[in-house]
Amino acid sequence: MSNIAQAFAHGKAFIPFITCGDPDLETTAQLVRAMADAGADLIELGIPFSDPTAEGPVIQEANLRALQGGVTTDKIFAMVRTLRASVTIPLVFMTYANVVFSYGSERFIRTCAELGIYGLILPDVPYEEKEEFCPLCRQYGLDLIAMIAPTSEDRIAMIAREASGFIYIVSSLGVTGERRQISTDIKPITAAIRRVSQTPCAVGFGISTPDQASAMAAQADGAIVGSAIVRLIARYGRDAQQPVADYVREMKQAVRILM
Amino acid sequence: MSHPQSRFGIHGGQYIPETLMNACIELEAAYNHYKADPDFQRELSDLLNNYAGRPSRLYYAAKMTRDLGGAKIYLKREDLNHTGAHKINNVLGQALLAKKMGKTRLIAETGAGQHGVATATAAALMDMACVVFMGEEDTVRQALNVYRMRLLGATVVPVTSGTATLKDAVSEAMREWTKRIDDTHYCLGSVMGPHPFPTMVRDFQAVISQEIRQQLLEQEGRLPDAVLACVGGGSNAIGSFYHFIHDPQVRLIGCEAAGRGVDTAETAATIATGRLGIFHGMKSYFCQDQYGQIAPVYSISAGLDYPGVGPEHAYLHDIGRAEYVPVTDEEAVEAFEYLSRTEGIIPAIESAHAVAYAMKLAPAMRPDQIMVITISGRGDKDCAAIARYRGEDIHE
Repeated sequence: MSNIAQAFAHGKAFIPFITCGDPDLETTAQLVRAMADAGADLIELGIPFSDPTAEGPVIQEANLRALQGGVTTDKIFAMVRTLRASVTIPLVFMTYANVVFSYGSERFIRTCAELGIYGLILPDVPYEEKEEFCPLCRQYGLDLIAMIAPTSEDRIAMIAREASGFIYIVSSLGVTGERRQISTDIKPITAAIRRVSQTPCAVGFGISTPDQASAMAAQADGAIVGSAIVRLIARYGRDAQQPVADYVREMKQAVRILM
Repeated sequence: MSHPQSRFGIHGGQYIPETLMNACIELEAAYNHYKADPDFQRELSDLLNNYAGRPSRLYYAAKMTRDLGGAKIYLKREDLNHTGAHKINNVLGQALLAKKMGKTRLIAETGAGQHGVATATAAALMDMACVVFMGEEDTVRQALNVYRMRLLGATVVPVTSGTATLKDAVSEAMREWTKRIDDTHYCLGSVMGPHPFPTMVRDFQAVISQEIRQQLLEQEGRLPDAVLACVGGGSNAIGSFYHFIHDPQVRLIGCEAAGRGVDTAETAATIATGRLGIFHGMKSYFCQDQYGQIAPVYSISAGLDYPGVGPEHAYLHDIGRAEYVPVTDEEAVEAFEYLSRTEGIIPAIESAHAVAYAMKLAPAMRPDQIMVITISGRGDKDCAAIARYRGEDIHE
């Protein structure tokens, strides 16, 4: 069984995202601990990229802040190595293909396995290109997280059939960022997935309020939130621990009650 | 599995968000259908000939030939096309295709503004809405083209993210496309991005080499010894090379923008200084740091100021079929002035990069050899910037 499965073993999962090194790596490590204590089930750690084409302005700016602060892939690995001594929550990296590829895909993925990173989310690697990283992920026991979008339609079964870890359902067209309303009907997507796969599904893109989280989680196995948390970090900087922990607790509460 | 038609050797592919996959698949299917449709081809030829002014002239540059004292030099005059550059060849093809697909809105990125102007032009002609993303820095460098696009009815969105240049305009256009796919076609301006763009744009630009071949056979009864073109993403270059790829006696030379020099950080010469990577939908060579962060590149030319190169060029480089040479700002500016004075032709600063290398190469060739330089665009847009480079303050 995939290591990631434990994130979905306690009811609906709440999955927060933060960008490593925003505003610095000590804060990132503190935020991971705080979010784990506040009830997060799995944490997505973003490795910043200079040109994050799938991100809206909030996460773009976080990437920029982190890179301007001098964060690198090696420094992030060192931070996770230290963190892993005291934190057991499932962790995955979210970054872009070039960050993995330029590090040396095997070297990157082998290091992830050593650090106890359970999976990779690469938004610019669709099903057709997954062979670039998938065999290495399999070899080292990581899951390459499959993404399914509102436009996937006839592709859903093909993608879901080969998915492992969890399936990332993109709730809306466009880039990451909070939305007042999420108009996509997730039900037909999860139904199409369920016909071919039992891999847990988490919904992300656009979710920021407890109501949205609970509505999305009701139709899937979990909710993913990035921009709303990154916005708190942008606002509170090194003092973001408490507000982020409060937010995560509230969001976990909103999805937890749905069993 | 990676789609075999999407690759040029190891390069190319479709490294894009899942949200865009069906749009690219639909585009590829439509393109393959209409490529084989005689009615579509007839309509496109009619637009290219009667609207854009093709075929473009292959002009024997007698004075330049005499002055440089080597190879016989011909200029392929893409600058004489409607809207002043080769960009219109691709845009008319894509806009017509988008229209057939039922799209009502075109979006595009632009660097120097030539592709944006061409897209705005095609949108006006075909009654389509048009939004052009342009790095904020480029909107300042190329203010006149911003006005042109607006005059043609397009909305110009200045892009402030990242380095506020061409690569950021591409990123922003991709983001916009993921937001709105149903009615929108992303009219990509070069032989880059995810499949099918590098193939489709190359096919639309291949008219350049098709004409060079035919015109030179008519005028000289033989093929050229060398074909030179500037390379940013590489669309005019691949268009100029394509019909000669299988004639190994024809040297194919792509001229990259070296900016202040390939040994400085202020360069955009991807093949000279880049490494293999994955960005903007494709595997190819990119200027990047050791962690894969895309480098902020620099060139005096807003149109060549891009940190990557099209995947087919990366492949032609790998197999040694084409040569890629760096040309500095200073050399390009000298060539810009040289061609203006010698032939009375003001080339785009992009095209001046090819002229600059030709000035080095031609004297080393024999008088019975023939060189073709593609003048990809006209230089009116660059006059103010070059004047400033030379210390004259000109207001457009």
